[in-house]
Amino acid sequence: MSKPAKKMCIIVHSGTLDKAYPPFMLAAAAGASDIETHLFFTFWGLNLLKKGGFESAKLPGMMSIGTGMMKNKMKKAGFPDLKDLVKQTVEMGNTHIYACSATMELMGLKKEDLIPEVEKVLGAAAFIDMAVDADVTLFI
Amino acid sequence: MSESPVKKLDCRGDQCPLPILKTKKEIQTIGIGEILEVWSTDPGSKEDFPRWAERTGNQLLKVEEKNGYWVYLIKRMK
Repeated sequence: MSKPAKKMCIIVHSGTLDKAYPPFMLAAAAGASDIETHLFFTFWGLNLLKKGGFESAKLPGMMSIGTGMMKNKMKKAGFPDLKDLVKQTVEMGNTHIYACSATMELMGLKKEDLIPEVEKVLGAAAFIDMAVDADVTLFI
Repeated sequence: MSESPVKKLDCRGDQCPLPILKTKKEIQTIGIGEILEVWSTDPGSKEDFPRWAERTGNQLLKVEEKNGYWVYLIKRMK
């Protein structure tokens, strides 16, 4: 018998390359393990959901000039390309992607400016309602 | 039911979490009771595969260490 269904909720607050990987590495592992994952993209994290956002994510601050070098290093080490990891994770199922409604207002974004993988635009109360009975909650 | 794998999945060179992700997708393409063979160079896979199998209700029949990679035999149980 498999273990009962579990749930993980992550707030994705950062939009830099180094912090864009972990939510999807965790969501991929969770999804493969029949664990439902809910990703709530807010503030800088929302930049990732803009069309072309995952492709243009850079390392933070001064390190941003080394982004290309880091991407090459990751490729050689067998890491998936970020956009590809997102695609494969969503295709597998069990992962839900939400955009923060307040951040969308702040950045003047509409749902059609975001990638089609975004399931819903949500407020904090809706996300809390999901997270309150989650087994794992993270802020990245 | 035969105890030999019906499919082989070569994840050598793939970094975590790709081996588990690919295994999940591949196991859904074989029948219940059939066996999938996975090859992985990821050292984390030694701990990942037993836990993954238990979590998802599949059966890890065998783990074998080869020269620089591991071979996992997984029976799809549901």
